[in-house]
Amino acid sequence: MAKKQLTVNGKRVTIDIDDPDMPLLYALRDNLALHGPRFGCGLAQCGSCTVHVDGKSVRSCVTPLSSLNANQKVVTLEGLGTPNKPHPVQQAFIDEQAAQCGYCINGMIMESAAFLANNKKPSDAQIRQALANNLCRCGTHDRIVKAVKRASSMA
Amino acid sequence: MNMQISRRKLLKGTGALVVTFSLAGKAGEALAQAPAAAKPVALTEVDSFLAIDKAGKVTVYSGKVDLGTGVRTALAQMAAEELDVPFNQVSLITGDTQLTPDQGTTWGSLSVQVGGMQIRNAAATARNALMDEAARKLGVKREELTVSDGTISGGGKKITYAQLVGGRSLSLKVDDKVKTKDPASFKIVGKSVARVDIPDKVTGKFTYMQDFRVAGMMHGRVIRPPAFGAKLESVDESSVKNIPGVRVVKENNFLGVVASSEWNAVRAARQLKAQWSKSETLPDQAKLWEHVRNTKVVQDQVTSNVGNTAGAGMALASAGKKLEATYDFAINLHGSIGPSCSVAEFKDGKLTSWSASQATHTLRKQLAQMFSMPPEDVRCIYVEGAGCYGRNGHEDAAGDAAILAKAVGKPVRVQWSRADEHGWEPKGPPTLIDMRATLDDGNNVAAWEGDFYMPQQTAGSFLVPLTGAVLAGMPQKDDIAPGNVFQNSAIQYKFPNIRTVCKRLENTVFRPSWIRTPGRMQNTYANECFMDELAAEAKSDPIAFRRKYLDDKRGHELLERLVKLSNWEARPAAQMKQTGNILKGRGMSYVKYELVRTYVGAVADVEIDRTTGKVSVPRFYLAHDCGQMINPEGVKLQLDGNIIQTLSRTLIEEVKWDRSMVTTLDWASYPIITFPDVPQIAYDLIDRPNERPWGAGEPAAAVVPSAVANAIFDATGVRMRSVPFTPEKVKAALGTA
Repeated sequence: MAKKQLTVNGKRVTIDIDDPDMPLLYALRDNLALHGPRFGCGLAQCGSCTVHVDGKSVRSCVTPLSSLNANQKVVTLEGLGTPNKPHPVQQAFIDEQAAQCGYCINGMIMESAAFLANNKKPSDAQIRQALANNLCRCGTHDRIVKAVKRASSMA
Repeated sequence: MNMQISRRKLLKGTGALVVTFSLAGKAGEALAQAPAAAKPVALTEVDSFLAIDKAGKVTVYSGKVDLGTGVRTALAQMAAEELDVPFNQVSLITGDTQLTPDQGTTWGSLSVQVGGMQIRNAAATARNALMDEAARKLGVKREELTVSDGTISGGGKKITYAQLVGGRSLSLKVDDKVKTKDPASFKIVGKSVARVDIPDKVTGKFTYMQDFRVAGMMHGRVIRPPAFGAKLESVDESSVKNIPGVRVVKENNFLGVVASSEWNAVRAARQLKAQWSKSETLPDQAKLWEHVRNTKVVQDQVTSNVGNTAGAGMALASAGKKLEATYDFAINLHGSIGPSCSVAEFKDGKLTSWSASQATHTLRKQLAQMFSMPPEDVRCIYVEGAGCYGRNGHEDAAGDAAILAKAVGKPVRVQWSRADEHGWEPKGPPTLIDMRATLDDGNNVAAWEGDFYMPQQTAGSFLVPLTGAVLAGMPQKDDIAPGNVFQNSAIQYKFPNIRTVCKRLENTVFRPSWIRTPGRMQNTYANECFMDELAAEAKSDPIAFRRKYLDDKRGHELLERLVKLSNWEARPAAQMKQTGNILKGRGMSYVKYELVRTYVGAVADVEIDRTTGKVSVPRFYLAHDCGQMINPEGVKLQLDGNIIQTLSRTLIEEVKWDRSMVTTLDWASYPIITFPDVPQIAYDLIDRPNERPWGAGEPAAAVVPSAVANAIFDATGVRMRSVPFTPEKVKAALGTA
């Protein structure tokens, strides 16, 4: 068993790992008991596991721990905001009631937050394109686009 | 004094044991397996559904669960409304075999229509009794009392529900004929109350099944055979020796690994070397429909038989123009975004199973059978997972977790992989439909016949066998359970001669189960496409043609509103409008769900690229009448889901396989619709507060494939009779391949 240091949601943490190539997702969910990033496919196909690494959206299910150093800033859905103090994108998802089962929503919010950081006033078509590789099975797409649009107008 | 005596008498009179039970309270406590007191769960008892604690907070116990549909919010609205308590005073415990009544599987768009109405009746019964009791306690006439926010007042006096009954049982029988509130006085029902789960879901605070953990828990993974029917010949346990703390569990053809960390379990499952026998049991996919047609029919289930005085099949022998068409609908996945997951624990000879099962009470029976235990020794607790859209792999994962937990003597969590889910979830069976009709000289429909080929359904039993139990050779009923897939084979139109027959097949390609809108989606596809074919043959406007055969006031109103909503211009198909390489058309479809409830009408606008064969649906219009709407925004979310998910099925989804196994084991090989292809949707939701509420979780899916197919015909003059309408099929049909 080896030690690995990470910076997650602003805190330096040390975790025990058996495999240096364990995907980040398992460190976040199992070692750190976070619920935001979700296991959906393990293949970087659905986006449920999305987190930010140094502000960029990353699929944590295919990001080996060995590729990360302790100074890189990992942010999860929990690090973005809380029910009492939600991030503008989270607030917009609440305002638009943009979730059904909500399993994909972590990815939708993390992907959108990273996208909006560099695209202040996107069109609907640009939002749809930005989320084209995030899968939703419940059919919440239209509300998600509205929520991202709302968040962009609040920023 | 008198009042107290009469209360005692009242309680004695019911013969019920009055117990003060500590409420299991918040879901979290129940999840942590708080020792539950003797709480009734019979459908006849008010206490089965409701408890009011000393602070006046109401706990609703619901056998119907929230599958991500928002019904938790809707059921709380119904209870709060009927009891006259604030919405935020109501919380729900759902799908726990020890605490909640068995209200049946959460399926069939029945959670509000049936489950909600049971809760409404229980709440109304409780409110009545509390009013009577308050009248006695306060010495005020019942008619002079009013209730608001859980406080009953009148004659200058007041008393709260909490003071009357807080923390004690109500000991009342549910009065199924109880007078419920006048909809005109509704304050909570009919309002788009914000969903209670969304703030936690968007901030990572929510605990899904996949997040649920118990102390001392191990992580398990299953290793399924590479071919259906393959036998496990040997396992080389030394192949995972380098991974710490792995245990291999082998039981006949069931193979699994258990480890102390999840990633070690994943690695071990990937790395474990096992030898399986060769097995090629599946039919040639290229000849699927021949295979279906050649499968033994074990039952001719006649779902309608009108006229036909000359006998079955004779109607079509009469004079007139004859039309025939065959439709097929591919095998589909539920396609949950979160693969199935469950935790199981054996303790003191009893099994506790946590899962996202839509049928915990049924699952309990299956698990009890597997382990030859009395059902009372099995407790199944629902924990919300990713949306399931029917009977997917959740119950199977529960079986797997129980097998592994038993084997290692510790609680085990099983998480399926994406390939486990795509390969091994039970599937929506292939459906083949032959339609025949005759038009008389005046282009009226003289006769209509349909043969619907679908797997049989074991009589009175909806137990989809648990895969783990089957592989392990444990006791398990050998049922076939595709669900009530015969529904909507019969039609809503009044023709002089009608005969519809479901050809129930002995078996089907994969273990079937119900996917969202089971059977109703496939059957309505054929019926509404064929109706469109008849309208086109009669050179009639498709809406006018349908209305000619409809004697249903609400149906007519719905279609009138659909015309307005979509700016429908009456005209016969096919208009074949073309701009450059793009063919444009619109089509419509209509259904009365199961012929007895929710009305849905749809219009789809399509654009077809002649070169690529790609079908786009830029706009979709839906008129919907599900009677009283509990939460209109909640209804709309369900309709979004029905339309978008079914559009995905209509255009691209299809399970593929070779002779051994499913080959579409990920989202690349079994794609679903993505953001750029999702239509703009316009609704007309018809609210009828004075009618009973009907379901909204399924009906709208039924009209989507036919609305799109009919629009493609309008655009191209070509009929698409095989779902999905892939670019290859469209190009072949257009002759542009």
